[in-house]
Amino acid sequence: MAATTTTARLSPATQPTTLLASTLVVARRALRKFMRTPQLVVLGTIQGVMFLLIFRYVFGGAIGVRGIDYVNFLVPGFITTGVLFGGMGASIAMAEDMEQGFVDRLRSLPMPRSSVLTGRSVADTLIQAWSTTLMVIVGFAVGFRIHGTVGEAILAYLLLIVFGFAFEWLFLTLGMVAGNAQAAQGMALLVFPFTFISSAFVPVQTLPGVLKVIAEHQPITYMVNAVRALTQGRAAEILLGHPASYWVSRSLLWCVVLVAIFAPLAIGRYRRG
Amino acid sequence: MTATIEAEGLTKRYGKTVALDGLDLVAEQGQVLAVLGPNGAGKTTFVRAVATLLRLDGGTLRVAGHDVRSEPAEVRRQIGLAGQFAAVEPTMTGRENLEMVARLFGQDIATARANTSIVLGQMGLEEAADRLVRTYSGGMRRKLDLGASLVGAPRLLLLDEPTTGLDPRSRLDLWDAIRGLVEGGTDVLLTTQYLDEADHLASNIVIVDHGKAIANGTPAELKRRAGRNVIEAHVRTNDDIPVVARALERLSGGEATVDEATRRVSIGVDGEGDHVATWARMLEDLSASIDDIALRPPKLDEVFLALTGQALEEEPANGQRKRGRSKAPAGAPN
Repeated sequence: MAATTTTARLSPATQPTTLLASTLVVARRALRKFMRTPQLVVLGTIQGVMFLLIFRYVFGGAIGVRGIDYVNFLVPGFITTGVLFGGMGASIAMAEDMEQGFVDRLRSLPMPRSSVLTGRSVADTLIQAWSTTLMVIVGFAVGFRIHGTVGEAILAYLLLIVFGFAFEWLFLTLGMVAGNAQAAQGMALLVFPFTFISSAFVPVQTLPGVLKVIAEHQPITYMVNAVRALTQGRAAEILLGHPASYWVSRSLLWCVVLVAIFAPLAIGRYRRG
Repeated sequence: MTATIEAEGLTKRYGKTVALDGLDLVAEQGQVLAVLGPNGAGKTTFVRAVATLLRLDGGTLRVAGHDVRSEPAEVRRQIGLAGQFAAVEPTMTGRENLEMVARLFGQDIATARANTSIVLGQMGLEEAADRLVRTYSGGMRRKLDLGASLVGAPRLLLLDEPTTGLDPRSRLDLWDAIRGLVEGGTDVLLTTQYLDEADHLASNIVIVDHGKAIANGTPAELKRRAGRNVIEAHVRTNDDIPVVARALERLSGGEATVDEATRRVSIGVDGEGDHVATWARMLEDLSASIDDIALRPPKLDEVFLALTGQALEEEPANGQRKRGRSKAPAGAPN
């Protein structure tokens, strides 16, 4: 047998693994997994495009927004909530890694344990940036236009990546609590009410009583409005009632809150094993 | 000389379930230790404790002299884990999988590549090395998983039910691979519920039941402790079974065990081989036709029965079993 004839010796590592090195290795694996799973890439994209087309061309005619084309109102909302749908994928991937023993293997290795989480979040943030870019392109194709400066638009794009990073910790926590892919998928459906009870697709003023109050105060609304205000200039400010700086600062505050709550939860849950 | 594993009074509870109930165990250097026991005996919990994957409720556990609680980082430097599920990445090639784990062990790129090539050779996976793992058979995945636990050149390999779910051929193949490692000087701790696996691979066996070690020793010692040798007669027709059973019972004064399916009648006897000729002649004088008769040492399942009063799970005829049906998924009992 081949197994018994070897004479070569394995050389052990000479120095401990650094957090940076192990984070990169874990992230690289997550990215490879994503890119080599065509159904993730293709289906995710098709689903996104379909939703956008439905809102733009089916519901869009019936939704009136004062002083701004619906497509310009919709696309920022659509792209921002896309961050949440991307997060569902992160949650499921994390649950799968726990379920299939991959996390156990990593936790038994002489490397900084937190790199399982940091690696994941680096990879997911990059995946998020990729799908955001894709949706921006589709957005332009269906008639979305920028009415602010280019600098503001770039800032909006960077904000979206920050939002993705902040929500990542929520989704990692969900994925670990779920423990298996199916449960994670179920829990991730919570994203839907969160997405629709916000300013993402309709002006919050049109929502009834309690829903309006929820929508006005939840993080998605601040994030969507920040992107809207940065890309639509004066018209958006009038519609939304505040200048871009108001929405940007508050959306960033929400990011801090999300990370402050869920990063410790995720790390704690991960440590417990 | 520091023992590879020293466990003293380990306890671990998941809610009301007691997984480890004061487990004591020592694995000396240079040993292949098999932890043998039925489902739910605490084998996996023990491996997870050694791999620093869970917090023990009580007891002390040292791996190569390092306490798992106070020096987990040191312990992780000593071990390589292959868990119950082949934790390899299906969307990467075999080589990419091993290089990834080697890098995470802290090896630089050149070392990781070199070690990966060696391990691929050891596992007989050179040809498949650059194919995506999702095209691998179950046996190949297990070998790759074994390779991943090995690529960091650990002192101790932890193999949790390494062949569960494999077909008989892949199983023998994996045994060969494990034996190859042992010859290379790596210590191994493996868990199994298959007696023949423990017998084939291990230099020492600890039998675990309900979270406690109930017996330990070399396979030969354990067989001896269960005591008596066994006379086994293979009868030609079922009709002759009662005659032969009665005759054997007269010989030893015990109760004969009858396996109708294979037409084997067996009974424990005192004394060594010197009487076997006499017994054989006596059986020959019976009217029954006997295909063969043999005196043999007890098998491990007979040992287990003698030590625990409980039969070990028999290995299914086709060597396959649904994996992990009664087990919680990794990490779930928390």
